[in-house]
Amino acid sequence: MSQLDLARVQFAMTSIYHFLFVPVTIGLGFLTALLQTAWHRSGRPEYLRLTRFFGVLLLINVAVAVVTGLVQEFQFGMDWSVYSRTVGGVFGAPLAMEGLAAFFLESTFLGLWVFGWNKLGRRVHLATIWAVAFGAMLSAAFILAANSWMQHPVGYKINPATGRAQLTDIWAVLTNPVFLWGYVHVLLASLVTASVVMLSISAWQLRRGGARAVFRPAARLSLMVLAPSIILAMFVGSELGVVEGKYQPMKIAAAEAQWTTCQPCSFSLFQIGGGNDDKTPTQIIAIPHLLSLLATNHWNGKVQGLTPLQNQYQQKYGPGNYVPNVFVQYWSMRIMAYAAGLILILAGWGVWLLYRKKLDRGKWFLRAAIWSAALPFIMNTAGWLLTESGRQPWIVQGVQLTRNGVSPSISTATVATSLIVFLLLYGALAVVDIVLMMRYARREIGPEPAAGDEPEVRLPAMTY
Amino acid sequence: MTLVSTWFIIIAALWTGFFVLEGFDLGVGMLHDVVGHDETGRRMAINTIGPLWDGNEVWLVVAAAGMFSAFPGWYATMFSAFYMVFILLLVALIVRGVSFEFRGKVDTDRWRRTWDILLTVGSLLVPLLVGIGLGGLLQGVPIGKNQEFTGSLVDLLTPYGVFVGVTLVLLCILHGASFLALKTTGDLRTRATRLGGRIAPLTGLAVLAFAIWTHVASGRGVLPNLFEIIAVLAVIGAAWAIRDGHEGWSFLATTFAMATTVLSIFVELYPNVMVSSTSPAFNLTVHNTASGSYSLKVMTVIALVLLPIVVLYQGWTYHVFRQRLRTEDFQPAPTGPPGPDTKSDAAAPDSNGAQQAPPAATRPPT
Repeated sequence: MSQLDLARVQFAMTSIYHFLFVPVTIGLGFLTALLQTAWHRSGRPEYLRLTRFFGVLLLINVAVAVVTGLVQEFQFGMDWSVYSRTVGGVFGAPLAMEGLAAFFLESTFLGLWVFGWNKLGRRVHLATIWAVAFGAMLSAAFILAANSWMQHPVGYKINPATGRAQLTDIWAVLTNPVFLWGYVHVLLASLVTASVVMLSISAWQLRRGGARAVFRPAARLSLMVLAPSIILAMFVGSELGVVEGKYQPMKIAAAEAQWTTCQPCSFSLFQIGGGNDDKTPTQIIAIPHLLSLLATNHWNGKVQGLTPLQNQYQQKYGPGNYVPNVFVQYWSMRIMAYAAGLILILAGWGVWLLYRKKLDRGKWFLRAAIWSAALPFIMNTAGWLLTESGRQPWIVQGVQLTRNGVSPSISTATVATSLIVFLLLYGALAVVDIVLMMRYARREIGPEPAAGDEPEVRLPAMTY
Repeated sequence: MTLVSTWFIIIAALWTGFFVLEGFDLGVGMLHDVVGHDETGRRMAINTIGPLWDGNEVWLVVAAAGMFSAFPGWYATMFSAFYMVFILLLVALIVRGVSFEFRGKVDTDRWRRTWDILLTVGSLLVPLLVGIGLGGLLQGVPIGKNQEFTGSLVDLLTPYGVFVGVTLVLLCILHGASFLALKTTGDLRTRATRLGGRIAPLTGLAVLAFAIWTHVASGRGVLPNLFEIIAVLAVIGAAWAIRDGHEGWSFLATTFAMATTVLSIFVELYPNVMVSSTSPAFNLTVHNTASGSYSLKVMTVIALVLLPIVVLYQGWTYHVFRQRLRTEDFQPAPTGPPGPDTKSDAAAPDSNGAQQAPPAATRPPT
């Protein structure tokens, strides 16, 4: 593999890894804040016990999310120096804002929340967990604004003297349609992720039969967040597809392995062929009109095929291959959709049991809920593969090719060395993290506070 | 003052903020095992920085992101040039960052000792490696015509750069020792004071050598500038204060020493941001690496609005956790269930140390 390939593998690997933890911290931060609010308002001890229980899981995740985020930030300069030099004046702005406005807030208030249980008044302490949740969400906003600029660059001009991109309109960057839809999509996916994790853990605890009075409300809360989130995430995802179809038509065409222009277009649930070279895929199961609807919002919308798009791009940008990896696009789209579909079924099943007040006795449901914990992670990973791989061969759509953004001073051996270092380190971290998460998710929940005992004085396992 | 100069000052301030704040928690990370002696002491030492270190580390994130947005050329060249140094730095930051959270989560000595070692080594490597990076800016590394690094790994380990790293490690140890002395009671406080007193003369010598070498490295003669002189005086002040048990003063002095040491690199550097050892014509400067003026304007407004707010709420955090930690709070809980609730997690067989002992940082002050 060349230095370029290795740098790309490194970025993909570290991003995917980072984003296993990020949605959990965003979503679980919000859910923990909800639980603590429920305790604050009702005074019922089970909510406090849940706050503490899920708080520990939140902290274990935040630890890994924070440190792996550092790698992402450093990597732009380390592996992609030409990219950083050329577009840093625009791309760097939302990153700097993220640090100043969001990351400081999240990290500082997390310390206050963990260590401040009886140093702060109850209201102030409740406010600290909301500050953490808000900071995490704001953080994602700026990162998504930066990423969306790579998908659909706006609010900039290229300085003819230096060849570098200059910011001309920060407001355009922060109201980029790809960003607005993409951000809401990521927020909802985070809520889906954390609520499925919470549901899975509650289901495990309910099946074991311990502390029903505590985990029944947790399962209920997670379902109440999950059901609307997964429906909205699907809706917003399809809107995002329309926006991307407008600005990155290659991405959408590749996601359907659509080589020729069609109108109306059907969405294939499964097809044979349609990879990078096979230009005539055979659709096995296809839903008529669905692709038109997804890509354009119109029943009979026209979706451009890869071949005509390739011709257009060659005329516009010169000779070269502008088609993303169709195999990756096609299957990441499907895997994301299948996983989301399964989560939707799970949510519907759970809500139905909840409605019939049989949630904690639905043996098969609880069993399914436990195993479904893997689904949101598969869904998120596939979603990012779809987004990022669909941008190729561009690092910034229409502005800079990925192969032109890589650091010229770094040797293949150097990137390979660092890749091996990160593979080993991340592998070890994953093992430790999963073992700790399982231990804590499966342990018996903390004690019910005795009468007269100020419950927040004893807080097992939160501090160091 | 121009926008690019303003941003140079902001970047210098962010790196300084990182070393002043994270400096003491790096020091505590290096020292927790040395002064902690037993599990109680080690936990107590770690808990002095428990609520603070995460917020402190963000200064590094913002310093890097600030360079990215305001001086993309500087960020690109520095981070790709110091590639292997920063890979190691990232490994150190990752290992150190998770060690806080993971250390207490499994109740075996071997587990905790492993994370103790990783925390110590990680905390030592961070200032050393960042120092090599910052020192390299001034000493110069091979940079070619298109602002790209042209050298190899060997070119990065300049004697001056390594010395800056060592000086910062020593300052972090002294800074951490005075913080520990300020925040603890009993044996830990005594040991931290003694260790601070011992390390102070060595640190003083290192900072003195740093002051002269920095000035020589920038090609401006032997006599140090004002920042460098203050750095030396501040270490002397810290040495005196820590021996006499004036812990507040010694912490203030080490804060000044750290701030002026880091700042003096930037003072000597300006208007360059990265010196090219190939040719002075290829030096990176604030002008040939900066973003456009609109971008700088937007970022200036944002930084000038948000940074004071950040300082306010971080300052409030320090105020909330101003009390000294007490040894009694960290002693293991008496055997048996802690309360009337015998089914409690604290009595469960798979519980961990942090659960068994009362979480001292959350005890009400008496």
